[in-house]
Amino acid sequence: MVSARNLSKRYGAKRVFDRVDLRLDRGGALLVTGPNGSGKTTLLRILAGLVAPSGGELRLPDRALVGYLGHEPLLYRELTPLENLHLFGRLYRVPERGERIGMLLERFGLWEVRHERVGTFSRGMQQRLGLCRVLLHDPQLVVLDEPFNALDAAGAALLDATLEELRDRALVIATHEPGRVERLATDRLAFA
Amino acid sequence: MGYAADVAALARKDLLLELRAKETVPSMLLFVLATLTVFHFALPRGTGHVAALGLLWVALVFTALLGLTRAFVPEREQGLMDALVLAPCDRSAIWLGKALAVLAFLALAELVALPAFGAFFSGVDGRTVGAVALADVGICTVGTLTGAMAVAGRARELLLPLLFLPLVIPVVVGGVGASAAGGSGRFFAFLALYDAIFGLLAWAAFEYVVSET
Amino acid sequence: MKRARLPQLVVATTAVLAAALALIFFYAPTDADQGLSQRIFYFHVPIALTAYACFGFGAWKALRHLWTRVDGADLESYVAIHQGVIFGSLTLLTGSLWAKISWGVWWAWSDNQLVLFLVLFLFYCAYFMLRYSVDPGPARANMCAVYALFGVVLIPVSFLAIRLSRSFIHPVVFTSHGPQMTHAQFLTFCVAFLGMLLLFATLYQLELAGKRLDAQLKELRELLA
Repeated sequence: MVSARNLSKRYGAKRVFDRVDLRLDRGGALLVTGPNGSGKTTLLRILAGLVAPSGGELRLPDRALVGYLGHEPLLYRELTPLENLHLFGRLYRVPERGERIGMLLERFGLWEVRHERVGTFSRGMQQRLGLCRVLLHDPQLVVLDEPFNALDAAGAALLDATLEELRDRALVIATHEPGRVERLATDRLAFA
Repeated sequence: MGYAADVAALARKDLLLELRAKETVPSMLLFVLATLTVFHFALPRGTGHVAALGLLWVALVFTALLGLTRAFVPEREQGLMDALVLAPCDRSAIWLGKALAVLAFLALAELVALPAFGAFFSGVDGRTVGAVALADVGICTVGTLTGAMAVAGRARELLLPLLFLPLVIPVVVGGVGASAAGGSGRFFAFLALYDAIFGLLAWAAFEYVVSET
Repeated sequence: MKRARLPQLVVATTAVLAAALALIFFYAPTDADQGLSQRIFYFHVPIALTAYACFGFGAWKALRHLWTRVDGADLESYVAIHQGVIFGSLTLLTGSLWAKISWGVWWAWSDNQLVLFLVLFLFYCAYFMLRYSVDPGPARANMCAVYALFGVVLIPVSFLAIRLSRSFIHPVVFTSHGPQMTHAQFLTFCVAFLGMLLLFATLYQLELAGKRLDAQLKELRELLA
């Protein structure tokens, strides 16, 4: 599903990373570790299809099959969860999106607040809603950049359970706390 | 049709955002009224109708600029451009939805500006309204595209006027000519031509403006 | 291979420009009305036409970049447009001089071409503002290419607008550029035009080579770092 050979990325004079090889198929989970600023986010953005690499070969699935959660939850703060998810559901052509949205909001404990503006949510709730957005269209490749950030114990447990369910997809997770997802990982990539 | 529904969803999103935030349209309204007032003091007595019309167009272009500067703010500040670009829909739908929303805001501002102009200066006839309507299309199509470009750069508020104004000069010519000159059919035709050419170009090119690949 | 052409280009440019200068000052007939100063026409119009060629070439390279993703097309587009702005500034300068000589004013709104160049000058300067306010990378290359395409479409649209605006902006006091030229004038004009085009080609190759060298140096520095 995803294959990369000799991938490199430069921003002007600054070299972010190079000589990255990886291969990821369904059922695989790539764990990307490293300190802040080491290039994890850049790699994940490349794998999500947002940014082109500077060099190397890259094969990615169709955009419709990819779900990406970055550092920002990527939600409109002035809109409600329902409005946000209906918009993305429409853009991703999610079938029966009303039901799917309801199911996801319930699963992540956001059903009660579905009519409130996202701007009023705590960071943890926004993160959970971000996960709803990512999973809305049932992606085959899920790219998560530090998904456990800002989540409290309950949220983290929800995420753990979700990740278990996603085992049959292709996962890419960047984190600087590898302990949580160690058991899932089939591949590892450590940034210095 | 899928594309139309995408555009509708995106335009609806922008209209909703403005309804909640209530920032752009009130500022545009206030700006255009203030500008017209300034013009009243700037024009010497006995200024002809045509000269005043010219200033109306100046006011409209700069009011549009104000609206356009605000157009991509949520996408820029919250990194949402990424989310929209990732979606499998045609990227040009993003442009079209946004352009339609900006058009709506501009039309709302003009609903106030044109009668105000009629009251402050001289009458506004059907020709002027028609010219403004046609010109709005051109302004919004080109403005939304350059707005997306400006947002990607550093000095965003400075960059947008620089990118936008040279492109909009023909619209001003067409607009003033259509509302003022006799035999104004040519000018209406020209405005329609501008809208068609640049609309098509912007629609086709937007994909490249927002993709980093 | 490109580098081998540069010395030949320089020789050719120098030769043709020298010939053009000779023709302009010694061969072309003196204009009955304006005398010696009319010769600025042989500079002004070829420079203007060359500037159009620059913008057109830049837009072509921009299209190549967007359509076929040819490597290096973005840099070539940028250099062509840069040259276009230089020739454009010269057009404005020579046009202004001609206006001063012909009508005693430093600027003539009645000169369609001059006004068009002003609009284009503003547009392409904004191109540079765009280029310098975005970090280098595919995003910048894409946006600049799109803007370059808008520019080349703006040329005829603006020209049409300017001609339309005649009827209510200024009374028509239009001096023709002399489409009816005698053989001598036409020959001089053609040689001057060719000279300007060659000058563009030379400067273009020079600047492109310089920029490519810069890029290679940067890459080497990074590899060593």
